[in-house]
Amino acid sequence: MSQTDDTLNGSDEDHKVDGQMVTVDGTPLKASLKRAERKRTLIAFLLVAPLLTYLMITFIVPIGQMMWRSVDNPQVISVLPKTLEALEDWDGEGIPDEPVFEALAEELAVASANRTVGRLAVRLNYEISAARGALMGTSRSAADMEPPYKQAFLDDHRLWNESEFYRIIKREGDPVTASYYVAAFDGAYNEAGEIVLQDENRRIYIDLFIRTFSMSIGITLLTLLLGFPISFLMASLPMRTANLLMIFVLLPFWTSLLVRTTSWIVLLQQQGVVNEVLILVGLIDDDSRLGMIYNMTGTIIAMTHILLPFMVLPLYSVMKTIPPSYVRAAKSLGATPWTAFWRIYVPQTLPGIGAGGVLVFIISIGYYITPALVGGQSGQMISNLIAYHMQTSLNWGLAAALGSVLLVSVLILYWVYNRLVGADSLKLG
Amino acid sequence: MAVPTYAGPLERTWYYTFRFLCACVFFFLIAPILIMIPLSFNVEPYFTYTREMLTFNPDGFSLRWYRDLFASDSWMTSIKNSLIIGISATIVATFLGTLAALGLSRSEMPFKGLFMGLLISPMIVPLIISAAGMFFFYSSIGLANTMPGVILAHAALGTPFVVITVTATLVGFDHSLTRASASLGAGSGRTFFKIQMPLILPGVISGALFAFITSFDEIVIVLFVAGVEQRTIPREMWSGIREQISPTILAVASLLVAFSILLLTTVELLRRRSERLRGMSPG
Repeated sequence: MSQTDDTLNGSDEDHKVDGQMVTVDGTPLKASLKRAERKRTLIAFLLVAPLLTYLMITFIVPIGQMMWRSVDNPQVISVLPKTLEALEDWDGEGIPDEPVFEALAEELAVASANRTVGRLAVRLNYEISAARGALMGTSRSAADMEPPYKQAFLDDHRLWNESEFYRIIKREGDPVTASYYVAAFDGAYNEAGEIVLQDENRRIYIDLFIRTFSMSIGITLLTLLLGFPISFLMASLPMRTANLLMIFVLLPFWTSLLVRTTSWIVLLQQQGVVNEVLILVGLIDDDSRLGMIYNMTGTIIAMTHILLPFMVLPLYSVMKTIPPSYVRAAKSLGATPWTAFWRIYVPQTLPGIGAGGVLVFIISIGYYITPALVGGQSGQMISNLIAYHMQTSLNWGLAAALGSVLLVSVLILYWVYNRLVGADSLKLG
Repeated sequence: MAVPTYAGPLERTWYYTFRFLCACVFFFLIAPILIMIPLSFNVEPYFTYTREMLTFNPDGFSLRWYRDLFASDSWMTSIKNSLIIGISATIVATFLGTLAALGLSRSEMPFKGLFMGLLISPMIVPLIISAAGMFFFYSSIGLANTMPGVILAHAALGTPFVVITVTATLVGFDHSLTRASASLGAGSGRTFFKIQMPLILPGVISGALFAFITSFDEIVIVLFVAGVEQRTIPREMWSGIREQISPTILAVASLLVAFSILLLTTVELLRRRSERLRGMSPG
């Protein structure tokens, strides 16, 4: 860089060839400048590169791989390739013919010997609940089967008598599947292979998505309702007092999430402080203690408390910049205090309301810990079900599909947030 | 904002009502944290105030739960683990994040928006999704249930905070300072350490503190990626809350509140110092 600087400062009398400025070594000045700029760009990029590589490896690629699991479907095609080939000729009605069963018997015997049948059985069991038993049972006897194989299969397990089972095997023979997403939206395949909604009493996820979204909207509105007045108060107070009051916002913000959740359990439980106080004051009887925790109420109270600082911080920073003269001008022109507030002040706070609102909403739809600890049955959110499928039911494809839906919603919202305020204006503390 | 002398009775009433409502909100924010602290000195294993405590009878108070805490092996291990993981993750995150912020703040950096988006993505993506992704990834390369696995994961989560705080201190950076230093004969390394570093240091430190608290308070990744050997304080609290809630948890929680007050004060002092250094606000 210093070399370019020197040459630039050299007297241009000596460095002109055909009216073009050149540097000492004779290269045109433009080219030299370009090279210097390229070098600077490279340096900037090299500074970013280590972190970018690190996050690619430890974060972005793993999430990409996880999302791939939501469509990845190798189990059937890797264990039953010949069966799938034989099923090509089957029209989907009734029971397939002998060649299919011949291939099945051979491949199930192999799968049983090298223990790959387990994965296949688990995979197909997601689609039809007796599949596991049928496949595990038949695969054990497959090696000893003798032609005609069709009859042997039909006698072995009742599921082999249902044409739906063969339709499922054929459908899930594709190396990529949509069935996890179908399940994530409470869909099911009917006899014609079309996607329809599940029976009413078996729907889980649509309700859960709706509940997650409505709880998040409720929490966002509550934080706005509580956050707006205190931000307004702090913005109108002198700096010193406002900074003191800010401690009330920042201390919860810096306090461990689990500490805050614990303290809400202590406060709200049946034998907790709030119930005791209410009894002491005489508002409720000893035997009608309020159940404020381990349900949706508890989740909403605790999450509103936890997310309130995320609303107050952007609101306050916007309100601080609003000059009080506008409202005064409106009043002097005859507006009532309410009109001046609603038509002049509030519109100017909209960027803050938007930023805080989207931020709180994004954080709350992906929340896991607080609903898991204080949510009980009715306060569970989509994240809790993802965790359930990851750790308990081990249906990782479905967990990945639900996770992808959640991730895409969050990314869309984040894009909106970015359009509203810009990512680098994110304030911390 | 005192009541103006010309205010009518209606305005006066509204003024005091508004103040009262705000006080209620501030109470809502702070009370849960403060109410819990005296309960950690309860002599009984209850989660509510006993009659002795309300009458300030010394018999109602004890350090029993704190003694339990310091005598408990599992709590002590978890404190040790939390510190090891938090400090190591902070070092990795601060180093990588500061470098990246220096690069991102250069005017020649191409595709700034895209890179910024990618670099702060760990802060945006819901933790449960990060945890699920990392669980599969770390299991496949054998880092699941190991200390380095948790450290690497936490470092990734902490980097956005470092990038954001350091970029913020660089926004007002006067580049004529580095040019002045270069013109006085300092090499680029010397210019960086003598001129740039002292100015961005407050941002680096507060970024590091954010990264540390992120790791120190993180539980979802720990639930998925860490094993029994790597139990951290939040993990221990999590099982404490789920299985049998004992007032020992309140003792831990109170200590953590004290810790967060310490961190909050440090970050606030650093922010003021940074603004003063960059001449953005008087003192």
